[in-house]
Amino acid sequence: MPTLPGVHLKDEIAKISNRLMELGRGRQPDKASWEKVELARHPKRPYTLDYIEHMFPGFIELKGDRLFADDPAIVGGLAAYQGRTIMVIGHQKGRDLPSRTYRNFGMPKPEGYRKAQRLMRLADKFHIPVLTLVDTPGAFPGVAAEERGQGSAIATSLMCMAKLQVPTVAVIIGEGGSGGALALALADRVMMLENSIYSVITPEACAAILWRDSSEAQQAATSLKLTSADLEELEVVDEVLPEPRGGAHKDYAGAARILKEALEDSLRELETVSPLQRKKERFEKYRRMGVWREEGLTLF
Amino acid sequence: MANKVSVDISHRGPNGSIKGGESCPSCKELLTSEELESNLRVCHHCGHHLRVSARQRVAQLADEGTWNELAPHLRSADPLEFFDVRLYGDRIDEAESETGLNEAIVTGTARIHKMDVVLAVMEFGFMGGSMGSVVGEKFWRAAEAAIENRYPLLVFSASGGARMQEGILSLLQMAKTTCAVELLGEARIPFVSVLTHPTTGGVLASFATLADVIVAEPGSLLCFSGPRVIEQTIKEKLPEDFGRAESNMAHGQVDIIIPRNELKDRLVQILGMLEGGVACALEPLWEEKARPAGRGGAFAEALDRVKAIANAPWRAFKGRDREDQ
Ligand SMILES: [Zn+2]
Ligand SMILES: [Zn+2]
Repeated sequence: MPTLPGVHLKDEIAKISNRLMELGRGRQPDKASWEKVELARHPKRPYTLDYIEHMFPGFIELKGDRLFADDPAIVGGLAAYQGRTIMVIGHQKGRDLPSRTYRNFGMPKPEGYRKAQRLMRLADKFHIPVLTLVDTPGAFPGVAAEERGQGSAIATSLMCMAKLQVPTVAVIIGEGGSGGALALALADRVMMLENSIYSVITPEACAAILWRDSSEAQQAATSLKLTSADLEELEVVDEVLPEPRGGAHKDYAGAARILKEALEDSLRELETVSPLQRKKERFEKYRRMGVWREEGLTLF
Repeated sequence: MANKVSVDISHRGPNGSIKGGESCPSCKELLTSEELESNLRVCHHCGHHLRVSARQRVAQLADEGTWNELAPHLRSADPLEFFDVRLYGDRIDEAESETGLNEAIVTGTARIHKMDVVLAVMEFGFMGGSMGSVVGEKFWRAAEAAIENRYPLLVFSASGGARMQEGILSLLQMAKTTCAVELLGEARIPFVSVLTHPTTGGVLASFATLADVIVAEPGSLLCFSGPRVIEQTIKEKLPEDFGRAESNMAHGQVDIIIPRNELKDRLVQILGMLEGGVACALEPLWEEKARPAGRGGAFAEALDRVKAIANAPWRAFKGRDREDQ
């Protein structure tokens, strides 16, 4: 699907006339997309530490970036898993007001991304696979975070994941908010829970910019194509994981079981190839990301 | 000063530009196009660096007649059929006619002071320099060209962030360009990034800050989150110098700030020095194709010649060593 060689005039005309029709009657926001946004942000949805508790019999949390501070918006550590070890790193939100504030609403600062990198390098050293759980509205927008290099912390986190020799699995478990989410999701396997979202910008912010009206967020949520089904179609995620009936928040143990099985399957596939080959395939996958036209060239 | 600014309003074009000139956004002095052109679009009253278009940038840097554009036919598709108050395609068409470019980045090979480079320049005038699929793909191909030709990569960024109309695909360009930078690193190709006003969001948080040397233009705004987003979050007015190149420098986020009139000379110097490394006698000599003639500077070449003679026994020994493994 991704590359469209040349322009097919007939398709273009059909598309344009479709769009005119849509514009004419004003495309209705798709309620299903907004429902997913609400489910992904559901206050009772299981968070990273909930999954860790239900998935792994033992977990040692490791804190701090060794440079500045520990960022409670990202947690990570060594988890016992079927007689071996997994490095689990994920965004962490709080459940009540004090813990929400403590976790900064799951919005990491540079020290969070630098802690994640430190833990990933540790995992690499001892051949421990890395599992990341993504659930953030985005990286924290603040003066001090900027001064400590928020952009560079995200960039180096991406680079760290690009270089890893060990298998990497990322699961979007709730909100996949922009660069702050992607920083933990450049992985060999990227999966999404059914009711999670993954987007370049929050629907509210997108509506404020394009419609100059944040109440158009429902429309923006539809346009952005941020549901798990949309992302599977766009070939951005490898797999969508079904949630227990009614959503992950109704059955933590059930959701954790699904995640555990998916992790098992992914590792089984990923560990049959050499680290070099894995990196090669990872790079080929990201090289294909995107859709463009190239005029004056026909590939078929 | 006041009478200098009073110009006939009817000569004003869009965004305060005046026929045959512009007023400086910083000191408001009127600058004629000749004055601007001759001073690389730097205000000679206050030193403010006015925005330079991608084409102007290439013209300022490349030796005459050496620019060779790469992937000139890549254009945006509308993969999401993005529904918005305006069609994405219309926005693209408008940006094209305003800038004369077909995307927010131009890439090509060029010679700068006789040094071969791959040059990529982002155009802020094209949808705010936003990064979508085409920017990512052109960056990847530029990196590939740098590796293939073994030319250093020089990138000028100017970007408001991701191309919203391409949704998640635009976000993924951060991952894609990061992988491209890693390929450059594996091939030991020098990569110098010049951050110009403004470089923000996903571009700042991917390739622009992953370079071997990060250069900034004076006064440029360089931040991940925009000032308005931060003001809304902390509900306070930000200081005037927030996120500026100088503030980034003070906080250790950039290597060097170079004024525009020194940029060309200094960039060539930096790229030349990055290529001037010489392997120590115990390391295998670089393969023939790893460093073509003319790269690495005269000193490095002379040293290589000396080494080749002086260390011949070592190389023979190393050869045996490797076979044993
Ligand atoms: Zn001025
Ligand atoms: Zn003057």
